[in-house]
Parts: sequence; C-alpha cells; structure tokens
Amino acid sequence: MRFFGLDGPGAELGPSLDFSIALIAVAPFLAALVAPWIKSFTGALAGWVLAIVPAAIFALLLTFVTPVAENTVVKAALPWIPSYGISFSFFIDGLSLMFGLLISGIGTFIVIYSGGYLAGHPHQGRFFSYMLMFMGSMLGLVLADNIFTLFVFWELTSITSFLLIGFDHSRQAARRAAIQALVVTGAGGLALLAGLILMSVASGENSLTGLLTQAGTMQEQPVYLLALILVLIGAFAKSAQVPFHFWLPNAMEAPTPVSAYLHSATMVKAGVYLIARMSPVLGGTPEWFWILTLFGGLTLLWGGVLAVRQTDLKQILAYTTLGSLGLLVMLLGFGTKEAVLGAILYLCAHSFFKGGLFMVAGAIDHGTGTRDITALGGLREHLPVTFIAAVLGAFSMAGFPIALGFLAKEEMYLALVHGLWPDLFFLAVLIAGNALMMAAGILIATKPFLGPLKPTPHEPHEGGLPLWIGPVILGVMGVSAGLFTDWINHYALNPIGGSVTNHAVDAHIHLAFDLANPAVWASLATWALGAAIIWQADAVRSAVRRTGQAIGWTFDIGFDALMFGLIRFADRVTRTLHHGRLEWYILLLFSVLAVVLYAPMLITGTAPRMAEFPVLSFYEWGAILIAAAGLIAILLLRTRLTAIVALGIQGFAVALIFLLFGAPDLAFTQFMVETLSVVILALVMTRLHLDARDPREFEVALRDGAVAVAAATGFAVVLLSVLQLDLDLSLTEFFNETSRPLAHGRNIVNVILVDYRAIDTLGEISVVMAAGIAIMALVRLKGGDGDTPRGISRPTERRRT
Amino acid sequence: MATAATSYDALNLPPAMIEGATAPADWIVVWPVALALFGAGLLVMLRNQRPLQSVFAGLIVLAIIVSNVYLLLRVFEAGPLAMTMGKWLPPFGITFVADMTGALFALSASVAAFIVVIFAKVELDGREYRFGFYPLLLLLLCGVSGSFLTGDIFNLYVWFEVMLIASFGLLILGGRRIQIDGAVKYGFLNFLATALFLIAIAYLYGITGTLNMADIARKSAEAPVGPLLTASGLFLFAFGVKAAAFPANAWLPAAYHTPAVAVSALFGGLLTKVGAYAAYRVLVLMLPAGRDMLEPVILAVAVATMILGPLGALAQTNLRRAIGFLVIGGIGVLFAGLTLGTQHGIGGGVIYAVHSILTLTAFYLVGGLVERMSGTQDIRYMGGIYTVNAPLSILFIILVFAMAGLPPFLGLWPKILLVEGGVRAGDWVIVTTLLLNSLLTLIAASRLWAHIFWRNGHEGARSEQPNDTLRRLTSDEVGLGLAPTIALVALIVVLGFFPNWLIEAGGVAAIDLLEPERYISAVFAGVPQS
Repeated sequence: MRFFGLDGPGAELGPSLDFSIALIAVAPFLAALVAPWIKSFTGALAGWVLAIVPAAIFALLLTFVTPVAENTVVKAALPWIPSYGISFSFFIDGLSLMFGLLISGIGTFIVIYSGGYLAGHPHQGRFFSYMLMFMGSMLGLVLADNIFTLFVFWELTSITSFLLIGFDHSRQAARRAAIQALVVTGAGGLALLAGLILMSVASGENSLTGLLTQAGTMQEQPVYLLALILVLIGAFAKSAQVPFHFWLPNAMEAPTPVSAYLHSATMVKAGVYLIARMSPVLGGTPEWFWILTLFGGLTLLWGGVLAVRQTDLKQILAYTTLGSLGLLVMLLGFGTKEAVLGAILYLCAHSFFKGGLFMVAGAIDHGTGTRDITALGGLREHLPVTFIAAVLGAFSMAGFPIALGFLAKEEMYLALVHGLWPDLFFLAVLIAGNALMMAAGILIATKPFLGPLKPTPHEPHEGGLPLWIGPVILGVMGVSAGLFTDWINHYALNPIGGSVTNHAVDAHIHLAFDLANPAVWASLATWALGAAIIWQADAVRSAVRRTGQAIGWTFDIGFDALMFGLIRFADRVTRTLHHGRLEWYILLLFSVLAVVLYAPMLITGTAPRMAEFPVLSFYEWGAILIAAAGLIAILLLRTRLTAIVALGIQGFAVALIFLLFGAPDLAFTQFMVETLSVVILALVMTRLHLDARDPREFEVALRDGAVAVAAATGFAVVLLSVLQLDLDLSLTEFFNETSRPLAHGRNIVNVILVDYRAIDTLGEISVVMAAGIAIMALVRLKGGDGDTPRGISRPTERRRT
Repeated sequence: MATAATSYDALNLPPAMIEGATAPADWIVVWPVALALFGAGLLVMLRNQRPLQSVFAGLIVLAIIVSNVYLLLRVFEAGPLAMTMGKWLPPFGITFVADMTGALFALSASVAAFIVVIFAKVELDGREYRFGFYPLLLLLLCGVSGSFLTGDIFNLYVWFEVMLIASFGLLILGGRRIQIDGAVKYGFLNFLATALFLIAIAYLYGITGTLNMADIARKSAEAPVGPLLTASGLFLFAFGVKAAAFPANAWLPAAYHTPAVAVSALFGGLLTKVGAYAAYRVLVLMLPAGRDMLEPVILAVAVATMILGPLGALAQTNLRRAIGFLVIGGIGVLFAGLTLGTQHGIGGGVIYAVHSILTLTAFYLVGGLVERMSGTQDIRYMGGIYTVNAPLSILFIILVFAMAGLPPFLGLWPKILLVEGGVRAGDWVIVTTLLLNSLLTLIAASRLWAHIFWRNGHEGARSEQPNDTLRRLTSDEVGLGLAPTIALVALIVVLGFFPNWLIEAGGVAAIDLLEPERYISAVFAGVPQS
C-alpha cells in the first residue's frame, strides 16, 4: 500500500538488470565495519588488504564500459520504502560510470597510500573505516537513480567528510574546519533536499531516469527558478563555489590522503556531478547559463589568484582545486558539446593530476616534516620518485601536449574561441585562470626539488612504495592519455557527453598542434602568461598578500563572525526568555491566556449577549456579595494570612451558591476543599517562613491584579457565551433514565463516579497513590545525608542559571 | 462487536448497554494501561523488596511492550480498535480506542520506558528505590499509555493528571535543592496547563454535550464558530504548555536536567510528546474546524519553537539543559506537522514523534554516561571521550546526526515527509523553518560532539592536554547503562534503514486522524442508529 508515493510512472523502476550495482555502494560500508579488525590483524599490510575492496569495485565497473559505450543503461532496483515510492535504485550510464571508475580507481591508491602515510597512528583502523564509508557514500551518490537515495548518499559524504576532517581531533583548527565544512555542506544539502522535493512534486517523478525522460519540461514549470537555485546552492556548497568556497582550504586540516581523495579528486566533484546530471533537466536556460558561468568564472579566478598567494603546498593545491571546480561549473554553464567534452576531459585530468600532486605533497611532508614551499629545495636526489610523480602531474596540469590536460584545454578553448561576447570574455577568464593554476602546479613540481638543498625538520627521505605508487601511476595515465584519443572518444566522451547533453554525441578529439587552430593560440597564451607568473612568482605573491591584508576581511572571518554572532544571539535570546523567574513565567502564561480567551470573540464577532439581570432572593444576593467581597479583599489585602482567609471566604460563599442552586454534593465537596486549602495554606505559610506581608510594589501588584482580572473575566465571558447555546442534554437524560433501573443507584453523581465513568475514578485514585508516594519521598528524603540543604523548609532561591 | 440491549424494552428505556461479552482479544486496548497500574500497585506493596523492584518493573514493562506490539498489529490489520468500559454504550461510558496514532505512540513510549528501567539500576541509590522510583515510573507509563489510548476527552484529562503527579514525584526523588527549584517551576506551569485543559473540556461539553472523542468529531462540524474557536484555542494553549512549545515552555529547561538521568530520559522522551499527541488528537480528529481557524497561530508557535529550541541548545554549557532545548526544537517540528494538517504533515508528525521519543531518550542516556565519565554536567569540563570510549562516541555521533535529520538515520524520513508536505502546500515559511531547524540542530549537536568527544581536555588554553578528570565506566555502568543504550540506538538505526512499515503506519495514522470515519465507526459499532 502506498501512502505518500508519487503518482508518476517513474516512482517505480522496471525490472532490474544487475544487482551488483547496488552491491557496489554497499560493499565499502561492510568493509568499513570490519576495517579496524582487519587493521589489527594485518598491521602494516592493512592498506594493501583493504585496497582489494575498491580494486574489485573498479574491476567490476570496468565490465560495464563496453555495454555503456553501446548506449545501454544498466539499472538495478531493490524495494526500500514502497509506501513512499522510494526504491534503492541505481543506474549506470556514461557519467556515473566515469565517476564510479575515478572513485574506485583513485580510491584504491588512496587506501594503499593511507596504509603508509598513517603507519603507526593509534586510530588508523578508524581512519580506514571512515575512508571506506566515504567511498561507499560517494559511489552510491554517483550511481543512485532515486533522488532520495541520491540525497541519502549525498549527506553521507558530508558526514564522513566531517569525521575525516576532524580526524586530527585534538587540534582546535581541525575541529573548527570539520564543523565549518559540515555546516556549509549541510546547509547546502538542506537546500538540495528542498530542491529535489520541489522537482519531484512538480514532475511526479522521483528518479533521475524518470526526470531525464521529462527533460525539457521542467524549465517550463513555474517552480523552475526556485528549484534551480535550491539545487545549485546544494551543488555550489559541495563543490566549493564562491561564496561557499571557504570551507575547502580549511578542510586541508585533514590528513593528506583525505585531502587528496575527498577534497580534490572526488567529493568536491559531487556538486559538479549533480550539475552535469541535471543539465538536461534544468539546463539550457539563460538563468542556468548566467548563474553557472558567473559563479564558476569567479571561483576560477578566485582560486587561481589565491593559489599563487599560498606557501603551504596543500593550501596551494586546495586553491587550485577551487579554481578547477569553478572552471568545470563554468563550462557546464555553457552546455555546448565542446564545452561539455572539455569539462569531462578536464574533470578526469584534474582527478589524476590533483590526486597525484596531493599525494606528492603528503610524501614531501612525510619525508621532510614541512610543507612550506619557501622552506623546501633541492629534494630531487632525496625523493627522486616523488619528483618524477610531481613532474608528471604538473605536466598534465599545465596542459602540455599529449597530456590529458592538453586535450581538455584545447577542447574548452575550442568551445569559446569562435564566439563573440560573452564567449570571448569567458575565454579570457579561462586563459587567466588556467595560467594561474599552471603556475601553481609547476611551482609545486619544481620549487621543492630544484636548487640547493634546504634544511628541513627531518632528514629528507623517500617514502615507501605505498606513498609513491599512486602518484606515479596517476601521473603516467594523465600524461600518456593523449596517445589514446580514439579509445577516449569511443568509450568515454561519447557515452558521457550523451549523459550530460541528453542526446547522442560523436566526439572527435585528436591530438594535434595546428597553428591554424585558434584554440592552439589560446593554449600558447596560457603558457606565456603562466610562465610570466612563475617568473614573477614572489612579486605576485606579495602583491596578492598585500591586497588581502588591505581588505582585511575574508569569507573565513565572515563565517566565524556569523557563528559567534549566532551563539551570542542565541545566548541573549535564551537568557531573555528563560530568565528563571517563576512569577514572570506565570504572568506570561496568564497574559497569553487572556488573549486566548478574548481574541476568538473579537475575531469571530461572537461576544455573548449581556445576561439578564437575575431575580434572586436576598440570601442568594448575600452569598454573591460575600464571594465578591472575598475576591476584592484578595486583590487589596497586603497581609498574606488575611488574603488566604479571604480566599477561603470567597470559596465558602461559592459553595453556598452551589447549595442554593441544587448541587449539594458539589457544595459539600467544595466546603471540604476550601477548609483544607485554608488550613494547608496557612500551615505552609508558617512553615516556609515567608514574609507575612506581600512585598510587591503597588505597580507590580496592579499589573498582576490586572492580568488576573482580565483572565478571570475572560473565563466568565466565555462561560456566558457557552451558556447561551442550547445545551445538549442527552447525557443527562440518559443518566436520569438509566441510573435507577440499570445502575441501581439513586444518586446520579455517585453512579457516574462509580459506574458510568468509573475508570476516571480509578485514574484519580492512582493520582492519589502517586501523590502519596511523592509526598512520602519528599518528607522522608529531607532527613537523608545532608551534603546539600534538602527539602522545602527554607525559601527556595529565586534564580538559577 | 456485540449488539445493543433489547431486554430492557419492558422498562421503556433507550438502548443503554452493550450485550454480550467483549471478545477477550479486544481487551488488548486496555492492557497497556491496566498492566502499568497493576504493576505500580504491586511495587508499592513490595516496597521493601528492593532487589525485586527493578525485575518486576522490567517484566511488567516488557509485558506492556508485548501488548502494544499486538495492539499495533491488530490496528494495522483491522483499523482502529475500540472498547467501552462498563458495557455502557458509547458515548455514555468511557471508550478506549487504539488507532494507529495512539498505538504507535504507546509502543514507542513503552520501548523507551523499558530501556530506562534497566538504565535506572546504574544510578539509583537505595533511597530512591525505597521512595518509589519504580512505582512512579509505572504510574507515569500508565498515565502516558492511558493518554494515548483513551477515546474520551475527560478521561484524557485524568491520565494527564496521573502523568503529572507521577512525573512530579519522579522529579523530586533525590531531593537536591536544584531539583526542588526545577520541580516548583515544572509543577506550577504544568498544573496551570492541566487546569486550563479541564476548563476547555467544560466549555467543549457545553458546546457539544458529549465527552466521547468520536462523538465530538461527529458533532463539532455543526458547533457555533465563536465558542468552538475559543475552546480550540484553550486546548492549543494548554497542550502547548504541556508540550513545551513557545511561549510558555520555560519549565522544561529549568527542570529536565535536575533529576537522575533515567528520569530526564523518560521525561525528554515521553512527556512533551503527550502534549503534542493531545494537540493532534483534539485539533485534527475532534475539532478540525478549530485547527483550520487556528492555523496562523499554530504556524507562529511552530516557527518560534523550531528556531528557539536549537538556539537555546547552542547557548548552553550544561549538557542536559542543551538536550532539553533540543526536545523543544522537536516539539516545534511536531507543531509544524500540525500546521500543515495534510496527510504529509500529520503523517510526518506522527513518525517524527516516534523518532523523537526514541532518539531523545537515547540522547539523555548517552549524556548521562558522559556525565558519569566526566563527573560533571558542564560541557566545558568534559572532553577526550573520543579516545577513551569508542562505543559511546559512536552512539553519540549517531544521535547527533539522527537529531539533525541526516541520513541514514530515523530523523531523515519525517523531515522529508514534512518538507514535501510544505512544498505541496506551497507553505514556504514552514519549509524554510524546518530546514533552518535542522541546520541549527546540526550546528548545536555537532558542537557538543566536538567539545565533549573531539576536544582532548577542558576548555581553555590547555585543551590539547588529556582530560585527567575522566574515569572509565564501571562494569555495572557498561552492562546496565551502556548496553541498553546501545540496544536503543541500534533500534533507531534499524528503523532508519528500514523505515517502510513506519512510514506506512504514519500514512494510516494520518488518514485516520484526518478522515475519522473508521475511528468513529469503530467506536460506535453496534450502537443502534436512532
């Protein structure tokens, strides 16, 4: 039975084709559960052993390459929440396959690398667990078909990223960075959730495949712009676009394998994945174009400029990652075939060279004890393999011919070079951004290795095989890719481009360096500009740094200000509302009560008629006057004991009225209650040693009195209006008729208490029992061991924080 | 169900009694209440048998859980189940009704109570046993279950009273001054709310002439608008105070952190939810016209509560006070569901309540273990537990994410339902506030995690030094405190992974509240139509 499900056909998937896809997302979680044990069994080999999991996934995914290239979309769906139309469903097309291969392939090297990098760390087992959980989340995210399944994995990547950034938890900076990343990406996730729900409600589909079949219709919906903005906030937060970018450089507090894997090669690309995935559904409009190109372009320049400013290797890489993400977003904003193909190529190239360079930075840190580029030099003889890996990475990053980076840049320049405004403007942005990133990459690959050897905290040494195998292989792949363009066209670009543009793509990337091609001139311009920046690196760095200091404000500082402001605000609000003064709480309660009583009458215009002036005998008047006198006395009297007595007088008078108007049972109960109340209140007064007189100022007493009178008259007026309705007496009649013959009792009140509504009485008896236990506890505990003053024999303190 | 009496025709009486015995299986509606009441009495009699107290209490709560499971299965199978006491025909006698809403609430409450019964062994010293911890706990459960299962509005008031007095008793057990101070605030404001509830019942009786919920649901449509709105407003206000919704919720943070942790957990899980339950029951099932008119007010209450709750948690340095503010934030979410008043809203609200009962109970218990390890309630002097106690860390981080509604935990599903309900209704205020509540909860809870678990030592310059005031949990604390908490969190995780039946149940609950034909016909089955 479906209760909340959607109506559209996409809510349920057709027959599944391959359940191994679902297993792909689940297997790393299972491995994560046992990772700490595997770590304790295998010790130093743990990285190699656990890398079997991503390697196996990679191998499995490879088997899908040929079918996907032949335009087969592989699906699998397990029932999960049929009552809500949510299935645990996955599908593989070109785009998800590319991401899956990158995640599992780079993941394999990262797990191996972690085994070496964190060797001997007391929490290495936990680290592997988090890493594998992250890997599963990421795989689930890119393979998911149902949008809620996608969202679940999306948020899981934020959670695991939080745990990994804070891995080095004893340092305040790491904790802060972790919370910052969680808050930013978490907020983005919430926006994404709203956007996804909006899309599913508007389209009646809650699977990506379903949405894709409706491609082109969402743009017509009135909610389109809102959905677009919400989804893009989610994607921008995750992919660190300005103005949500600041968490990413801070996330470098994480151990280097995390930076290499999450914060450059995979997780931060989740937003790019989402944008690419949503291109056919949300793309192709001016809003899409301008939002993506402007924010992407801004992020590209921002990252590029600030990368040159940094001296910490990881920070340099982090900012170039920002720039690369901006570049990808910008290209997807264009959405033309060349732009999309350029983005795909660049995405792969970036994963290879950035993952590799991060691992290089980690190896340098591991081998020398510092990551400060100005403190490093001459390491080429001490870390020769790392040097080779760095050069390979930088070669692709700079986009020199035959590298994947070159192909990517040529294709993206080709996308823009033939256009007019605004294409040429964005072309300039691209060239500038690429030049900045190229400069940063080459500096990382050369500065620490060339020149004279500088002293470092450790004696420089090469790390073991785990530390260099990943970067070397990734570097070789990135550089040699240009030799396999036919393969890339057929197995990668055609299916992936098809997924992103939603129509068949026939890619013809080939390696050529033809000066008749204007895109080549754009590449030449990039290299020239990049070389100039490298030449003047120190000058550029200090110029950017001075500008930054002159501005004196960063988004990071802004975030801190926001958080501290929030906490201060929360503190102030909470102190105001929860001041700890009981009398104010009660005053508030009665004030609201007066509003609750009067407002409905004013709103609905249903004030009761004035009651007719009653014709009463003199003793009835007498009772009423006594009651009124008692009430007025309570308001006016300042001696507490007398006020209590006045309260009693008022109560007795009311009981008398009950008696006179035919409710003797009620009257006698009331007499009892009033007598006891007066006695107990008086006793409590003396036992508590309260002030004999009411200490309130006149104004305070007036305020309290006014609220009391307002609430009380409110009750009276409401009662009056209820009494002016025709009272449905069917219950009364029933009790009258059946009390004697069926319940065998003449006193209806008694019969109600013990028969018709006996269970109420049972409940009340248990109230008495509970009260008895509570009182016994209070009285007896008073004499307990006296570490703190107990009981109620003294006036209780007024304030407590 | 038996047919109405005919044998009294000679006396010329109206049909008055149900003839024939109620099927024994249908008695299940009262079992959860009867067992608790019986158990409380038994334990009072056995007050000098200390070792037996917890065992008996555990067995009785277990029996209540079994009854509730059976009840839930029956309701799943056959719809609402009703039984009228004393064989009087409804609406003359008091009817007990279990619909999906009541059954879900009752089951969640009893599960939370069972965990607390075990956990309480860790921290209660002799005095508290003698002075009635377990009898009071059972009476509290009796009042809570009675509230969820009764079909009579005055009877609901009676169970509120039982619950209130029992909770008051639990709150002052131990008798420390701070407890008395909290109990005074708790007592005054809650007694006032309960009295308002009673007055509202009186007005409602004056308007509709009946106390039976199903009967009121039938008759309220014709009730005059003005008095109906007043009565609905009074109910909303009274239940709002009981549920600790804005503005009259100051009693909760003042009181909930003062008693034993087991008591805090019981309160945090159960008590406020009863107020929210009553608001759903009365304003959706009984007085839908009143809910419609009050919608802007409920919206304002929901928005303020959703924002101010987690903000309060953000400002606290006392762990249990912070959790108390998270309780308040959750109440805001329940009122958001009430504001929507659609299937998604009500269904999401009911599921959220199940999540909230279990998660907050667990959160208090984990907080209690943290307090025992660090010897303080002050977050600034906790720290370093991450390195010392991995299981506790895992529990806490799961609860942090569950509270904030992050996947794959239980809190996610009601959040999705409620947001979708808001989107479908085009109510962007609710959608925005729900998401904001989630974010603020995440910030507050993850800061707790960072300070208590990740930070090595005390707050201040030497925060990287190990916390030398930590002690390890004793084997008793592990066996009776940590183990049951792990079980509860495991339940939360499993429900989060496999929420299908719960979402289905939420859907049924919402339909039966919004379109109460099944509820009404279950109550009046066998009553001759006049």
